[in-house]
Amino acid sequence: MKLTDLKESLNLKLINGNIEDIDFDGVYAGDFLSRAMSHVSSGNLWVTIMTNTNVIAVASLSDCAAVILAEGMSLMPDALKAAEDNDIIVLSSEDTVYDICVKIYKTLNENE
Amino acid sequence: MSEAVNFHFDVDGENFSSAGAASANVKKKLRQLGLSPEVIRKVSIAMYEGEINMVIHANGGTADVNVDDDYVTIILADTGPGIPNIELAMQEGYSTARDNIRALGFGAGMGLPNMKKYSDEMDVQTEIGVGTTITMKVKID
Repeated sequence: MKLTDLKESLNLKLINGNIEDIDFDGVYAGDFLSRAMSHVSSGNLWVTIMTNTNVIAVASLSDCAAVILAEGMSLMPDALKAAEDNDIIVLSSEDTVYDICVKIYKTLNENE
Repeated sequence: MSEAVNFHFDVDGENFSSAGAASANVKKKLRQLGLSPEVIRKVSIAMYEGEINMVIHANGGTADVNVDDDYVTIILADTGPGIPNIELAMQEGYSTARDNIRALGFGAGMGLPNMKKYSDEMDVQTEIGVGTTITMKVKID
């Protein structure tokens, strides 16, 4: 599914990156970096409430399609700079991690 | 590849903003060498975990990466406190990370288990009060 379509459906706010022509194909939700590191597959979305630079490092190393920050969180300044430097797409949502995942699930099913 | 390629990095201790920089650098270099995404993923995860461990527990150290025809070999060496109980440290979920470290999202107790899981061979040499050297090999298909 296209990230631009998901952004519209879930009313996501773009914090960094260009989402044109970016697809995603799965979701991982969680905040422990080591867990995310081993479970976020290439092309996945990673939903988390963590906002520090280490999130960007893990997003970069795991090749995730985008990070979605829950509960209206935004990146810390040094994390935003790291996201810009490494071309990591970051979006945010006012919803909780659970609600974001449910909405993505529904949106994916509607688009099948 | 006719000749082996070596990379050396100094890992800054207690600097959580730059933690993972060496792993990110190696990832880029392995891509340039044309290694498969799966090999690069395994190296990235194993090395990142090791790098983070050195930052959290050992006040930094050095990372040396060697690439030849068969393996990517990662050697992480520190002069930190050593690992008192390696068997316990290898258990998933066991962590001695402090609360301020956990607040950053570390301390899942998956560092050494992930290093073992994503490398094809791993050797840990550790001595209390002297330091730890971990050698990991990821096979190139």
